[in-house]
Amino acid sequence: MRADIVGSLEAVTRVRGVRGAMVVSAEEGLVVAESSMEGIDGAAVAALMAGVVARLGRATEAAGRTAPAFVHLQAEGGALLAVPAPRDLLVVAVTDAEVNVGLVRLELRQAAEQLA
Amino acid sequence: MRVIEPWVAEPLQRFLSESSARLVLLTTASGQVVAQHGFTRALDVMSASALGAAIMASTEELGRLTASGASRALSHQGPSRGLFLSAFDLPQGRWIGLVVYDRDSSLGLVRLFFDRLVQELLAVAPKETPAREVLAADFENELNASLRSLFGR
Repeated sequence: MRADIVGSLEAVTRVRGVRGAMVVSAEEGLVVAESSMEGIDGAAVAALMAGVVARLGRATEAAGRTAPAFVHLQAEGGALLAVPAPRDLLVVAVTDAEVNVGLVRLELRQAAEQLA
Repeated sequence: MRVIEPWVAEPLQRFLSESSARLVLLTTASGQVVAQHGFTRALDVMSASALGAAIMASTEELGRLTASGASRALSHQGPSRGLFLSAFDLPQGRWIGLVVYDRDSSLGLVRLFFDRLVQELLAVAPKETPAREVLAADFENELNASLRSLFGR
């Protein structure tokens, strides 16, 4: 099972400009699996990204909308992308500024589907 | 937030604002309270500190018995609130942190910011003070003084 998860993450990290990807438990904000996260504090990214996604979910719920299917945080040096997955998981990618966001989103969604 | 040791206040305040924790208790390994946030009754603080110290002592001994190594942190997820308990070492000796959080936070966030709290406490902690003999006559006075500091009365 874990090999499958890491395999699906490797498809994400193969996209040019992706520095790392991870599966995160959405409620606890803990790393379940990660791939190519050199130089990145995976535990911190997992905890903070899960917190952001949870708050966004509550905000959209309060606005009468469904939970976000894709979260894109664009920063000066790169981006954080997240897609909710079954079993209360999140698939998260850390990218450089120059990345094909559409392609990463596609790979994140495929990775999320494999976690079903 | 109430603290016995003034140098604990700033790092603890930062931890509270970053982690969104509901209840925090810092104690020595023997259960003497150093700081608290969120507790409204002295009895709750004394009970929680004694239980936290007992749990950490038990898990450390269990780790020793099973050769799995001493446990430094443990967590429990309840239906609406989670509990995080961790021991850490300062020049003053081993301390224990007890953190209760709800849906505004998560175990990952609490762990992340608790690690930072420990690093900040290590940076500001005074050099080790010489251990002094604890006299029975002093105990009640010190306990009452601590409770006054922790609850402002």
